[in-house]
Amino acid sequence: MIEVSGITALYVFMLAAVAGYEVITRVPVILHTPLMSGSNFIHGIVVVGAMVALGVAETPLEQLIGFIAVLLGAGNAVGGYVVTERMLEMFKSSKKEGGKA
Amino acid sequence: MSFLVQLSYFVAAVLFIFGLKAMSSPVTARKGIMWAGVGMILATVVTFFHPKIEGVGNLTLIIIAIAIGGGFAWYTAKKVQMTEMPQMVAVYNGLGGGSAGAIAAVTLSQAQRAVSTDMVEQAEIKAEETGLTFEQALRVLDGTHVGAYMGADVAILALLGAVIGSMAFSGSMVAWAKLDGRLNRSKLVEGHQWVNIALAVVTVLLGIWAFYTGSGWPIFLFFAAALAFGVFITVPIGGADMPVVISLFNALTGLAVGFKGYVLGNFALIIAGTVVGAAGMLLTLLMAKAMNRSLVNVLFSGFGTAAAGAGEATEGEMKELGAPDAAYMMGYAEKVVIVPGYGLAVAQAQHKLWEMVELLEGQGVEVKFAIHPVAGRMPGHMNVLLAEAGVPYDKIFDMDEINEEFSSTDVALIIGANDVVNPAAREDKSSPIYGMPILNVDYAENVLVVKRGRGAGFSGVENQLFFNENTRMVFGDAQKVVSEMVQTVKSM
Repeated sequence: MIEVSGITALYVFMLAAVAGYEVITRVPVILHTPLMSGSNFIHGIVVVGAMVALGVAETPLEQLIGFIAVLLGAGNAVGGYVVTERMLEMFKSSKKEGGKA
Repeated sequence: MSFLVQLSYFVAAVLFIFGLKAMSSPVTARKGIMWAGVGMILATVVTFFHPKIEGVGNLTLIIIAIAIGGGFAWYTAKKVQMTEMPQMVAVYNGLGGGSAGAIAAVTLSQAQRAVSTDMVEQAEIKAEETGLTFEQALRVLDGTHVGAYMGADVAILALLGAVIGSMAFSGSMVAWAKLDGRLNRSKLVEGHQWVNIALAVVTVLLGIWAFYTGSGWPIFLFFAAALAFGVFITVPIGGADMPVVISLFNALTGLAVGFKGYVLGNFALIIAGTVVGAAGMLLTLLMAKAMNRSLVNVLFSGFGTAAAGAGEATEGEMKELGAPDAAYMMGYAEKVVIVPGYGLAVAQAQHKLWEMVELLEGQGVEVKFAIHPVAGRMPGHMNVLLAEAGVPYDKIFDMDEINEEFSSTDVALIIGANDVVNPAAREDKSSPIYGMPILNVDYAENVLVVKRGRGAGFSGVENQLFFNENTRMVFGDAQKVVSEMVQTVKSM
């Protein structure tokens, strides 16, 4: 098992933040809404954390809260994906008209 | 197995980053979301083999929760209209925030339980040793609390993630209710700013108490305060600013997820959450800039509630034109630029409009779409609505790209837009919308405005454009007017 220690995590936080920033710079306005929706989908990874939290729950109260966590997290991931997919599906270029979508 | 789980998380994180990168260009965007989707499925499936997850009971609960949550989201996401997309993004984002908050509740509750059983045992031993009563011994025993048990760094990030997640959850739900027209009030109490500040202070204090405690109550109150804070801070924000707020909550949820990753020792959560946090924050600032608003302004003032400013009086009178005549005008033009607004989407006229554009192009007319950054409900929303109607994205131009071209345009057709083409924003310093960047449609040779009635726009400001010498008004429902235009162009 890989341990997450304080200073390693700090490096990871920093590099991930830089990656996130760099990925978004110079994005055209046309993609703001789909991109927001797409990044919304990506933080749906929280469902994985929720699964672990419910997996270690011991009392009924913890199981209930953990259950809610997984429920909400799954909603985030699935809803985020479907909505983003639907939006991006519609972006077409006029240059390859009649081609497959 | 454990190594395989970790390796899969790593692959998922890579797919997320490259997926997001691909999503920032219209050409590769669809591939991007699919990569990210593969990463998500991979991470979710391997988590069933996570060494920490034990017990068939909890495993069953996990599967049921995923089925219900995922099923509900699948159904609603498939069903939602494109015009209502912004509020659905708010809902799914809120769910993620709520999930992060609930994870924090489970971990904090576990720590609290461990601390309190620990305390009872130790106090019993102490009481026997020293001859004190149990209560006295309990008081002597200081130092065992949630923060010490979890470790200060973990406890602080758990609490921070809890606040941010809970706030994003309740705030996003308010944002949804507002955009969906279910909540119209912009005030819960008198002196909203002061209540908000008080709530923020109370939440922080309760967080500190929860850190230094071994009992469950402070933790419960802390969550209640964080949820209330999310509601109170979002209610006063006007509908026009809501997209910026949704984007901000999106970034905050990402941050909360990143913190949860630290608490649970999961790098996939740390990386995905932080990437979204940073990207979302930048996206929020870009949106605010496109709308000519600062973030501070959005969060701490009530725009749209006090906008009915004076501005200069308008001169001249409106000149009406029938839809068929307007169609002829465009049919014989060389270059037409169409400026769509939210009114077009409300009337569901974008499909008819695209039909008309195709007919016009068949006649040899050059047609372009000009999109103001705030057209629709959020930046880029109008692009999505036009894309839905089949308009290819390379016919759609941003404000900066097309503003130069209006002086060489024969006809500018404005449908369901008002404030974003009001020249007062450029010229009239006394106008409340002065300084907002606009589309310079008044430089076109002829201006056609399709409008439901004679009233003022969203901001309540009169529009001099409608009274100009070269402007013709086509009154009526956008869907009906455009249908008539299509008929006319067909017969040409």
